Amino acid sequence: MAGTGKAHLSQGETVLRIEDLFVEFPVGRSGLKVSAVAGISIDVREGETLGLVGESGCGKSTLGKAIMQIVTANSGQVLFGDIELTTLKGEELRQTRPRLQMIFQDPISSLNPRRRVGKIVREGLDIWKIGDEASRQAKVLEVLEVVGIDAEAAIGRRPHEFSGGQCQRISIARAVATEPRVIICDEPVSALDVSVQAQILNLLEDMKARYGLTLVFIAHDLAVVKNISDRVAVMYLGKLCEIATPDDLYASPAHPYTAALLSAIPVADPEVNPTLRGGVGGEIPSPLAPPSGCRFRTRCPLATEKCAEEEPQVQEVRPNHFVACHFPLAEGQDLPALEANIA
Amino acid sequence: MSAASIKESSATTPASEAPLLVVNDLKTYFKTDRGLVRAVDGVSFTLERGRTLGVVGESGSGKTVLSRSIMGLLPKRDVERSGSVKFEGVELVGADTSLMVEYWGDQMAMVFQDPMTSLNPVMRVGKQITEGLRQHLDISKDHANQTALALLSSVGIPEPERRLRQYPHEMSGGMRQRVMIAIAIACGPKLLFADEPTTALDVTVQAQILDLLQTQQRDRYMAMILVTHDLGVVAGRTDEIAVMYAGKVVEKAPTKVLFSNLRHPYTEALLSSIPKISDPSHTRLKTIGGRPPNLINPPSGCKFSPRCAYATDKCRTEEPPLSAPDSDGHQFSCWFPVELSAKQTAGVR
Repeated sequence: MAGTGKAHLSQGETVLRIEDLFVEFPVGRSGLKVSAVAGISIDVREGETLGLVGESGCGKSTLGKAIMQIVTANSGQVLFGDIELTTLKGEELRQTRPRLQMIFQDPISSLNPRRRVGKIVREGLDIWKIGDEASRQAKVLEVLEVVGIDAEAAIGRRPHEFSGGQCQRISIARAVATEPRVIICDEPVSALDVSVQAQILNLLEDMKARYGLTLVFIAHDLAVVKNISDRVAVMYLGKLCEIATPDDLYASPAHPYTAALLSAIPVADPEVNPTLRGGVGGEIPSPLAPPSGCRFRTRCPLATEKCAEEEPQVQEVRPNHFVACHFPLAEGQDLPALEANIA
Repeated sequence: MSAASIKESSATTPASEAPLLVVNDLKTYFKTDRGLVRAVDGVSFTLERGRTLGVVGESGSGKTVLSRSIMGLLPKRDVERSGSVKFEGVELVGADTSLMVEYWGDQMAMVFQDPMTSLNPVMRVGKQITEGLRQHLDISKDHANQTALALLSSVGIPEPERRLRQYPHEMSGGMRQRVMIAIAIACGPKLLFADEPTTALDVTVQAQILDLLQTQQRDRYMAMILVTHDLGVVAGRTDEIAVMYAGKVVEKAPTKVLFSNLRHPYTEALLSSIPKISDPSHTRLKTIGGRPPNLINPPSGCKFSPRCAYATDKCRTEEPPLSAPDSDGHQFSCWFPVELSAKQTAGVR
């Protein structure tokens, strides 16, 4: 996987523009380093939802946190509008917070259990002294109602009195209260049951339309990402594989990894025999010693020597469809069927 | 080859014509400070060898408690378990733990959801596999080690000799789940429970583990109960599906019948709330209003009625029974079942 390169970056206006971002974590005292994000360039346009997908360990959450400056990038740039975030510190960085919000995976543990809901949602407004007392209270009631919570009843209660889905609604209310430009959603529905998941996905679409938000939506579930995104980026071991519009990406993936991911999704249709699909065997390699060249080559059925020697660069294979692969799949080309992964 | 063939020669239970497992009106209630939680509230089904039953439901539907209750893996205190579970004709409800010990691992085994916490972190993987073999099969240590080796390679673990000497933390999640499966199938059980076996795993690894379970189930002619919240996981891999809601089976049918001809509004709502990969992006999802029922004070009448789009006064007062199987073996509990044409609106692919 790929690769580096910036062919996919837009020339026009972007809300977020990430270039050559590296995030490394030291491993104990071993002196080794894990590159969780290893040279990613990506942009997010005004008003769009960018989906980030990949399996665990691909760096998608780290990328989200690096945009928020919750983790520090080792090198590279994160441009928010025309502000370079990675060099900001202290008060200057703090000033960007109300415009750049985040929603987390576990809705219950991301709300302070000892605070009342009204206070949780209001805190950002109080800190930023947005409006006066009455308008802050009105805003709290408004955002709670908009996310589908009975505001009058809820403001005096604490998070444990709400279900997971309701807590996620409260988290969304808190995030939109300061009228941000961008919200990073880090696996916001993966802890929820499917019936609640659908409610939250619809709610995020409504919020985006109502408040003119730009979303970065991080998830491992490809069907969820397709549903909500305007563009989808697939990541593997800290690198970008492929980025395209969802309908194009899912109909004809160009990167073998995307194809493998798509074929591994269980389909709720008994007529589809799940054992007769293409796919990949093996597991994600250790990020401590990533493969040379293309990082996906150890599991790729199409890998050649070139893939081991040379890292593929992002290239445009079809209009607005970018892939980092030496041998991208043509439209309609399937991945070779998986050999039995059982010896 | 091991364990299954050894087992045949030392089998003590005569093979019978009766179904392997007959569950009848099984109830499992937990006593809590806030009241009685009716986690499983009258579930009945039969399962034959070589067949796979999928149990589907959201969290709190009782699907996990059902499998634990059948297997007798419940807390000793504050549990009320009634009804009947017959395994090859032997009644297991009320059976003594000493009898259950004979069955656990040997006749029925379970693959748990979280492979990290289900393996013993301070015991080598090899020991964890041979433990059950030595307990049930009366074989020598060498023989047990050889069998463990064969098991590890049969579940697709490379370098089994080296892996036998490792501890669970030295393995990835997918590897650990393969080890869990090796442990579960070691003694050649006739019934295998897989309780959300892939929920903790990535999607490419999930597909591998589901393939492995299916292969093992077929090769060893086991009955399997696959418990999951994901209708996609059970669609292509089960013979029959039971949909649970609030501790009851609300719809049960052969897999193809269920997907082509679903009758219960909950099954319909569940299927249509899942984002489908084949739908264009930004397709508005159908949602189920409200939230799963409180199992201490469940709604009167049909438990799904407060969230059901078709509910009437009858639904709110009278609980519909699970219907007798029709000619397709289709059962459902609803006063106003979804009409046959509904399969288009449910949007199954």
